[in-house]
Amino acid sequence: MTAVAAPPAALVAAGRRRRLLRARAAVGGLTVLLVVLFGVALVFGDTVYRLDEVVRVLLGQTVPGASFTVGQLRLPRAAEGVVAGAAFGLGGVTFQTMLRNPLAAPDVIGISSGASAAAVIGIVVLDLTATETSLLAVAAALVTAGVITLLANRGGIADTRLILIGIGVAAMLESVVSYVLLRAANYDLQVVMRWLTGSLNNASWDQVGPLALAVLVGGAVLASQSRGLGLLQHGNDQAAALGVPVHRTRLLCILAAVVLVAFATAATGPIAFVAFLAGPIAARVVGPGGPLLLPAALTGALLVLAADLVGEFAFGTRYPVGVITGVLGAPFLLWLLVRSNRAGGSL
Amino acid sequence: MTVSHTLAAEGVTLGYGDRVVVDALDLTVPPGRITAIVGANACGKSTVLRAMARLLPPRSGRVVLDGKDLHRTPTRQVARTLGLLPQSPTAPEGIAVADLVARGRHPHQGLLARWTAEDDEAVAEALELTATTALADRPVDELSGGQRQRAWIAMALAQRTDVLLLDEPTTFLDISHQVDVLDLLTDLNRRRGTTVVMVLHDLNLAARYADHLIAVEQGRVHAAGEPAAVLTEQVVQQVFGLRSRVVVDPVSGRPMVLPIGRHHVEEQAHAS
Repeated sequence: MTAVAAPPAALVAAGRRRRLLRARAAVGGLTVLLVVLFGVALVFGDTVYRLDEVVRVLLGQTVPGASFTVGQLRLPRAAEGVVAGAAFGLGGVTFQTMLRNPLAAPDVIGISSGASAAAVIGIVVLDLTATETSLLAVAAALVTAGVITLLANRGGIADTRLILIGIGVAAMLESVVSYVLLRAANYDLQVVMRWLTGSLNNASWDQVGPLALAVLVGGAVLASQSRGLGLLQHGNDQAAALGVPVHRTRLLCILAAVVLVAFATAATGPIAFVAFLAGPIAARVVGPGGPLLLPAALTGALLVLAADLVGEFAFGTRYPVGVITGVLGAPFLLWLLVRSNRAGGSL
Repeated sequence: MTVSHTLAAEGVTLGYGDRVVVDALDLTVPPGRITAIVGANACGKSTVLRAMARLLPPRSGRVVLDGKDLHRTPTRQVARTLGLLPQSPTAPEGIAVADLVARGRHPHQGLLARWTAEDDEAVAEALELTATTALADRPVDELSGGQRQRAWIAMALAQRTDVLLLDEPTTFLDISHQVDVLDLLTDLNRRRGTTVVMVLHDLNLAARYADHLIAVEQGRVHAAGEPAAVLTEQVVQQVFGLRSRVVVDPVSGRPMVLPIGRHHVEEQAHAS
């Protein structure tokens, strides 16, 4: 009762710094973890190379054996895992924040499925190049997002309805993917697995380049909208009352998030549940109320790298990365659905 | 410190989709006073508040803040003058009260979001005014209904606007917390000259706390003025379709509505 009265503003500042520090420590921790895992992904495999050999390959020197295995196979694979994971994480957390619901991830509400369906048709039916496929996937993902929004907007925006409609659209588009794959004459199991669950088996620098560019541009757009996006968590009315141009913010965020998810999907296939899991995991690591974009990008990258390593080496058979993330994500989805009946929280 | 601002609706028509909710409504908010908007369910009172908060663009007519068309003024600029507490705002899970309140500073921060000492001061002051300083580090979702409402009001206060709009700020609160919230708004009005405009359901609380009462009926202003002039048996009958007695509240001297209903007709007749 007789506590020494510090000036209230100083107390507020202290609390704010404490939470900021925690968020920064979380980002630092995630970054360190990602670097370590990236190293592990380069070192381990059927042949285990020494760290100094790997570093020499990274520096551009020629090391017999390692130059090919690490430089040509493992490096693009790990790099693609990182950029695709970051893209999925960013796209996912943006939708989840904007629609105030962890179920609103683009891989749950059909946007990834739109990109998948277009990419499968582009590759299997139309025989397009990688770049053309990416562009088609982006276009299809945007159209899917537009269709879902239009259907949900009849008679006022209802975010819950958008999620339900999205789940329906996802189911429809996934059946399109299955149909096309079944009808395709010359498919092999790898292609099928890539488009059903996502995989890094086809990783190449040709894919990493455009995807990395998309992550940079999309990430920059999202970063510029980050504070407005954070305020949308309080509802559109409250955000507008705090001076956020709600329509513009939502439009930019949707565009950036859809482009990110579509590019990533075109490169790796729809790696199950990464977009869905990254945001909620990042939110728990960073602590409540902190900014989530960068942590979610790091978490997405970590998820994909870790799941790929587990899928490659933890079992007798090799599983594509999406199988592992799917096994992780499905129970979380169930848990969220069970819990959402009790309390309607956001991230 | 407060500059007095003028806020008025001029021939405003509002609606959603094909439905017109408010038709050519004129309304003036007296600066530096407490205004309560009352009316039956679905009469358009919240819609009017949304238009005055720049959330709903009028079909025709305009809302004017300090002589300028509100809907042609940039939203961030409006947010430095007008604060709003919507009916059911949501918070991210686990966010601390101080962080929630700090988000009220958004309209005052530049693009780079440099946090200044003034921002800390504003947050501390908002916490103090709403008696939530002790709750600053607690998660919002663990607070009681009354505490949570005070935290939301603190967020609007951190915005440091001279005009505060509130959509049913007492809903879901028990009677003592309703009085708490309205006392707090009165404090703000008295001490800092904040213009308060709120939609209220409870006629008696509206009559007690408001300096200016606006009775809305089917999208039109039925009566506006001092509570004693507005809250008459006739107006209650016309606006709410309710027979009532209006007596003088022995505590405040303001009018007080006693509804009659179907089962107490005899007593009423007897008493008069």
